[in-house]
Amino acid sequence: MSYKTFSFEIDGDGIALLTIDLPGQSMNVWNEDLISEFGEAVDKFLADDAIKGLVVTSGKKSGFLAGADLRMLQRTASMRGSATPGEMFDAQFGMNAMFRKMETGGHPAKKLQKGEAFAKPVAAAINGLALGGGLEVCLACHYRVVADDPKLTLGQPEVQVGLLPGAGGTQRIPRLIGIANALQMNTTGAPVRPQKALEQGLVHEIAPRDEVVARAKAWVKANPQVAQPWDKKGFKFPGGGGAMHPGAVQTFMGANAMAQQQTQHNFPAVEAILSCTYEGSIVPMDTAIRLESKYFTKLMLDPVAGNMIRTLFVNKQAAEKGEKRPKNVEKQELKKVGVLGAGMMGAGIAYVTANAGMEVVLIDRDQESADRGKSYSAGILQKAVDKGRKTQEQMDEFLARIHPTPDYEKLADVDLIIEAVFEDPKVKEETIKKAEAIMPADKVFATNTSTLPITGLAKHSVRPAQFIGIHFFSPVDKMPLVEIIPGDETGDLPLAVALDYVAKIKKTPIVVKDTRGFYTNRVVPPYINESMQMITEGVNPALVENAAKMLGMPVGPLALCDETSQELGLRISRATRAELGDDAVPRTKVDDLLELFVEKLGRKGRKSGGGFYDYPEGGKKHLWKGLQEHFPLADDQPTVDEVKERLLYANLVPAANCYDEGIVSDPQSADLGAIFGWGFAPWTGGPMSYIDTIGAEEFVRTAERLAQRHGPRFQPPAKLREIAAAGGKLYDQAA
Amino acid sequence: MTEALIYDAVRTPRGKGKPDGALHEITPVELATQVLKSIRDRNELDTTKVDDVVFGCVSPVGEQGANITRTAVMSADYAETTAGVQVNRFCASGLEAINMASAKVMSGEADFAIGGGVEAMSRVPMGSDGGAWPTDPALAFKTYFVPQGVSADLIATKYGFSRDDVDAYAVESQQRAHKSQSEGRFKKSIVPVKDVIGEVVLDHDEAIRPETDMQSLGSLNPSFAGVGAFGFDSVALQKYPELEAINHVHHAGNSSGIVDGSAGVLIGSREAGSTAGLKPRARIKAMASIGSEPTIMLTGPEYVAAKALKKAGMTAKDIDVWELNEAFASVVLRFMQAHDIDHSDINVNGGAIAMGHPLGATGAIITSIVLDELERSGKETALITLCIGAGMGTATIIERVN
Repeated sequence: MSYKTFSFEIDGDGIALLTIDLPGQSMNVWNEDLISEFGEAVDKFLADDAIKGLVVTSGKKSGFLAGADLRMLQRTASMRGSATPGEMFDAQFGMNAMFRKMETGGHPAKKLQKGEAFAKPVAAAINGLALGGGLEVCLACHYRVVADDPKLTLGQPEVQVGLLPGAGGTQRIPRLIGIANALQMNTTGAPVRPQKALEQGLVHEIAPRDEVVARAKAWVKANPQVAQPWDKKGFKFPGGGGAMHPGAVQTFMGANAMAQQQTQHNFPAVEAILSCTYEGSIVPMDTAIRLESKYFTKLMLDPVAGNMIRTLFVNKQAAEKGEKRPKNVEKQELKKVGVLGAGMMGAGIAYVTANAGMEVVLIDRDQESADRGKSYSAGILQKAVDKGRKTQEQMDEFLARIHPTPDYEKLADVDLIIEAVFEDPKVKEETIKKAEAIMPADKVFATNTSTLPITGLAKHSVRPAQFIGIHFFSPVDKMPLVEIIPGDETGDLPLAVALDYVAKIKKTPIVVKDTRGFYTNRVVPPYINESMQMITEGVNPALVENAAKMLGMPVGPLALCDETSQELGLRISRATRAELGDDAVPRTKVDDLLELFVEKLGRKGRKSGGGFYDYPEGGKKHLWKGLQEHFPLADDQPTVDEVKERLLYANLVPAANCYDEGIVSDPQSADLGAIFGWGFAPWTGGPMSYIDTIGAEEFVRTAERLAQRHGPRFQPPAKLREIAAAGGKLYDQAA
Repeated sequence: MTEALIYDAVRTPRGKGKPDGALHEITPVELATQVLKSIRDRNELDTTKVDDVVFGCVSPVGEQGANITRTAVMSADYAETTAGVQVNRFCASGLEAINMASAKVMSGEADFAIGGGVEAMSRVPMGSDGGAWPTDPALAFKTYFVPQGVSADLIATKYGFSRDDVDAYAVESQQRAHKSQSEGRFKKSIVPVKDVIGEVVLDHDEAIRPETDMQSLGSLNPSFAGVGAFGFDSVALQKYPELEAINHVHHAGNSSGIVDGSAGVLIGSREAGSTAGLKPRARIKAMASIGSEPTIMLTGPEYVAAKALKKAGMTAKDIDVWELNEAFASVVLRFMQAHDIDHSDINVNGGAIAMGHPLGATGAIITSIVLDELERSGKETALITLCIGAGMGTATIIERVN
């Protein structure tokens, strides 16, 4: 018998070797073909007395198996609505049943427990990373040998896409390594390395990579009759399990609280993983895996998982692989990058560039300033060295790639220039001219700016077709998003180069239109303003901050305002008004608040006198007690749901406006930009996904209601009204 | 409907709920047994006339398991015909048992019934019976479970009680308990607990610390800041988002102590009493139980008191003496605030902060204390209530009969 997705060879000892090697794919994943063929192979193995045992391994150099094909999961999720929950359960339970059959040899658990039957031995030879379903198939084996590669990862990342490990991971892991360790692994998605896996008891043996199969076979040969620990009489969870064991009770109680703190009740997967682990620890394996599949089905019935998979994985990967990259431009070799300006942004850009293995010419007005920019990298690296994450040698090599200098002549052989000087058109103009005079004429000049229109800056360039904007976020080394902004005259080359560069530094790009504030800075200020507007109305600031956190925002908008600073808020507001006129930008109470804070109270932001919060040295920040003197609490406070809605729509409406105006050309980019740019509630899949989930009609209705109550800033844009009227979806438009 | 009358109330002293506590060597069945024997012997009661015994017990497992009440009834050599049932209304179990015994009398099911409770916390630790609420993720998430201590701190934060406020309350509880003990106010109800050779092991509430002052309490660290930071504060704030943070003010010194103890109250109809030649001491005027918001958990007394007053056709002004179990200082302070009660009218002999809270027994213990207090002070009415885990409240209004 031959298979497409793996080879199946029986050796002289009667031991079968199943080597998973998906044709035409760089990495093994569980897809429909593999699941179906694997099931056939398990049946054959169990039925054929000539086969004494089984070893499962991978034929890929890239790893053992990286989990389920996310597109397959998307297809399953799309069954929602057309299939009954029972049908979805049946579709999902197949893998669990298949693994269970493999580990029991097809015998009833009772017979195994009484020693009246045994399973045929199955061992996993884990010769590369095993994630999700990749690890789960190994856990259903009776023995696991893993390659001695310290970088190899074993983990259950399903939670990161809003799912749970649905092929026994929530059951076998706690039975092997205890409930606390299992919860850590399954609710965070953080992988473990071979050594730790061995210490915890997740694997049995570590061996050189080219010996894992031989070791696995040796074990199979030596153990012809086996059963899983949980199929043996007297099995107990390591560290205790169930509803009565004091240790397990404490673990669940603590985990429940921690999970609620971290998820704010927004990620059903985390709760489902906890429930599977808790309930599963009270019942035997056969019941437990059915429960697991039921909870998995429940998650599939919830839009959260589908939205998270689409934005956080499918669309993110597509963007990072250069979906928006002009196909007619060959991949650009980027070995050396000139970074102009060694301030906070330039220093950060130098770090991420050097981190990706590129040489960096870091330029500032004098050697000392340029050196200071390099020292930023040294600081980050020193911390990594101190924590043992990097060696001194690695640090030295890294730093040797950054060449600080005031000398523009050093730009003669760079492959790309990224300018990050002060946000002043005059300074930018000088820098552009100075650099273009030296840099190779066929290379691209990119400017990092958050406010200045690219087309305007391109006027100072002698080669506007090779000029583009790249908007990094601060701190550059931490923020995952980059906005790429072609100007009116920008050609294909700079867009290709910018996307190639962003791919190298492993950040997520979105391509946005050249308008004031681009995308993220068109949405975040109205959101922060809405929170300040509420303060002027006498809404309890704690309620505002908590409501935002409950929405899934990383910090409250008032705290965010303190970070970006009231001073900047006031400056932007004034600049916008100066440019567009008082009529276009009417004065609001928020302007009064900002003036009060910056000019009268000297509360200019976190770093300058505090803001909405006080920042006691060495203590925890707390809301400024004096706020109520200026903005007394209203007698009638809104409910937390009202505040949440208002803050949510203060994100949704501006984001929808950007889509309407074509600032972001597709909902994918709008969603990616929101989540990775300002941490917009990831459980939603982004503002566009959220609107699709509730329906455009509902969005328009709510926005109009808010507009009536709070002002025209909540008016939904024309495009959304059209979609609502047609009963359509934003993502359908895109397709 | 038949009137339910209180004929007697008996309790053990409360022993420190630790291995060095005086009652640690006494089994919980024996504690309950000595209470039942005392009720019988003090009243020369023919136990064939006692139809049922209802005892509260909050951790009914191990030696407190399998219906400890019936076990104690057998152990106390009551008539074989006397039934026994164990109930669990968490901290109000002892009062709930009295209410159920009263209801049995009122309905005509029983002529005499005993309500009470027992808890040997030094032997069967709190939480020994497990329970799904905090542990089962589906429930904990759905209902925003936090431990009681965090709830008590939440009450203090929401209703504005500072660390000084709760500590001052605790100091006063100690002083009142010490004074009452010194004056012998508890003697009437206390039955000294004896060991297997008949020697008295304890005849007074063991946990009182008269030397407690603001300074000694001030040195104690808040007990629930740790679990709060672990995640429970966030859970509480998600339910009470109007608060910025939880102010953790409670500690061992201003919360109820862990102790061992038992108590029982003899309830009967007027007819049964006169046949037995007993004089009633008080009547059950009204009874009530309610559910309340479970995250803040301990605000039930406010609502259940209102309900019981309404059922009795009374107002707060009609109550002479209030007795609210001192689970945590903030619980009592909030109750006083809600019903505008003067501190001199509530918990006048101190409470569980000084003397301890043997979970299943406390409701009956404070009933015995307040009954003695009414007689001592010549007052008429009392309202007894307790805050309860998972957000409940139980209350009983009693009135002296002459």
